[in-house]
Amino acid sequence: MASKFTQSNRTGWLMAGPAILLIAGFVILPFFLAIGLSFTNQRLVSPNPTEFIGLSNYRQLLDVATLTLEPVRDAAGELVLKDGAPDYPSIRSLTRNNPDRPDLAGMREWFSFSTGGAARTVVLARDVVFMTAIVNTFVFVLVVAPVQAGLALGLALLINQRLRGINIFRALYFMPVVVSIVVVSLLWRLIYDGQSGLLNNLLGTLSFGTLPAVDWLGNPSTALGAIIAMSIWQAVGFHMVIWLAGLQTISPTLYEAAAIEGASKWQVFRYITWPGLRNTAILILIVITMQAFGLFAQIDVMTNGGPLDSTQTIVFQAIERGYGKQDISGGSAISVILFVIVLTISLIQRWLTRERS
Amino acid sequence: MARIQLKDLRKSYGNAHVIKGVDIDIEDGEFCVFVGPSGCGKSTLLRMIAGLEDITSGSLTIAERRVNDLPPAQRGVAMVFQSYAIFPHMTVRENVAFGLTIAGASKAEKAAKVAEAARILQMEHLLDRRPSQLSGGQRQRVAIGRAIVRQPKVFLFDEPLSNLDAALRMDMRMEIGKLHKALGATMIYVTHDQVEAMTLADKIVVLKDGQVMQIGTPMELYQNPANLFVAGFLGAPSMNFLKVTVQAVNGNTALVSNAALDPVEVSTRSASFKAGDAAILGLRPQYLSIAEAPGRLQGTVALTERLGAETMVEVKLKDDSSLIAALPQDVVFPVGAQVAFDFAADKAHLFAAP
Repeated sequence: MASKFTQSNRTGWLMAGPAILLIAGFVILPFFLAIGLSFTNQRLVSPNPTEFIGLSNYRQLLDVATLTLEPVRDAAGELVLKDGAPDYPSIRSLTRNNPDRPDLAGMREWFSFSTGGAARTVVLARDVVFMTAIVNTFVFVLVVAPVQAGLALGLALLINQRLRGINIFRALYFMPVVVSIVVVSLLWRLIYDGQSGLLNNLLGTLSFGTLPAVDWLGNPSTALGAIIAMSIWQAVGFHMVIWLAGLQTISPTLYEAAAIEGASKWQVFRYITWPGLRNTAILILIVITMQAFGLFAQIDVMTNGGPLDSTQTIVFQAIERGYGKQDISGGSAISVILFVIVLTISLIQRWLTRERS
Repeated sequence: MARIQLKDLRKSYGNAHVIKGVDIDIEDGEFCVFVGPSGCGKSTLLRMIAGLEDITSGSLTIAERRVNDLPPAQRGVAMVFQSYAIFPHMTVRENVAFGLTIAGASKAEKAAKVAEAARILQMEHLLDRRPSQLSGGQRQRVAIGRAIVRQPKVFLFDEPLSNLDAALRMDMRMEIGKLHKALGATMIYVTHDQVEAMTLADKIVVLKDGQVMQIGTPMELYQNPANLFVAGFLGAPSMNFLKVTVQAVNGNTALVSNAALDPVEVSTRSASFKAGDAAILGLRPQYLSIAEAPGRLQGTVALTERLGAETMVEVKLKDDSSLIAALPQDVVFPVGAQVAFDFAADKAHLFAAP
């Protein structure tokens, strides 16, 4: 059979050929190249020969340490106050040229907290920006996945009715999906503009001028939220269509049977619609999660990771490293880390939603 | 009590009139079967009673209460669907208890009623299975179980046996008949299968094109069909129709004949004829018997089907029309053989020519 498959199927191979070559060249090859490069010190353009450096790239990215700092005390054991607050030894003194702590060399403070008492616990990371990127990406995924899936389901339920002109609504909700994300991001940059943006104007008018104008993308506390809102809006129509396809596979007789039994709208949803959408829900959850982890274009167009790294993401960092800083091995290592994260989450989701018999 | 009355019930989709004024009176505890060919509106009529289709005009009362505008749940009906409509993600137990869950019944009440329904339908061993693990007949039991736990006054069945194979259909038919006797509830049953109609019904309603053709007990309809449609629809094989001419009328009888039929005097029942009228003579295949020559009807054998206990003979008559006889024994006729039939005149039906 194998010989028949490979030999007497020449036309088939010829037709599949271009696609196979492109996929091999742009998906499969880069995938293995990235894994290989992440263990070297390869740069994009460099006169030096490539060296194998083991896990060094990963250590550089992921190295985290905690440090407990005791406040500075005087000879009598009393706290030395500085501007009314306890004074702590500087972290720099530990991380720069300190022969006692070679393990902390080059690390920076990521965040710190105190667990009661005077001591302060400091978490140090070798690459604070990358840590921020990981946290931001997870925040993005954790907000976008449920909110976007929920909104899309709501819209699908709304448009899954026989009403005059319902197709107009379907088209409207789907429209942002068709527009390129770059175009959408450019438009939303105008909407979010700090002075005369549409959003500020709208809020100002609605609140009779009592709400001050906010520079949505220029403020570290609102930038990520603004990008989350816009991203949800952009792709919600796509998932709405998937939900809609799921809704239409549910047999109308089941709804009739429920009507005869006297089920309320909520009970119909709870006992018939939602269980009938189980497989659709799994699909949507996995698709949204994967898309959300790939967050890049919006960041690149709207904020470039700023302000103050508040919108750094994993993919943005990978590209920033690999091409911006020409550190292709560092970028590759980030890609591999992202791959492991997404793979793990997909496996967990599959395990959680497995068919129980 | 759950008497159901339909008065001049109509249903239209725009200009398409689907139900064209139906009057039916179904007594409490009666088993009423709506029967008719595909597209006659029988399912639509049932769905109007259930509340799944709007009623365009007319009045529908259940238990002396007008229910035209009530939602299905408030009409006190339970329905069994052709496709079973059991919920694929629930176990049999959850499916049967669905109506009680919706109504917020206690766990103990649910358990007791489900157990009772399972006992009646002999499906205790199926309660923890999922629908995908059930056969067609078992699924239909679950659907019926879901209907009976709520103890409704009225059961509606929409072609419940159509998706089952022939042997199972007969078993379930008997089950449904027993269920009706056990529960004593009013039941309306829609089918296109006249055997189900004849065996189950207290009252049959024959429908065609959204109109009632005849209402009566199975035997009334079989022995005294009001028109050609009912005569042809009930009974298998169908009644033979011969084009005849009325020779003479004498009180309640008429003398009819045609090229293949010797003159015979048959009852006119309620219809009125006069000499020279064209008419249709209806003869059930079972009432034809092989005659010693010459016999009333002569022809040549076109086809013989041997069923074992019965033999179906298709005969080409002298006037080129054909006729089927069901003979109650196993006989073999060579194709082309000359045969003659006799029949009892009082078993023949005379209808006005359409």
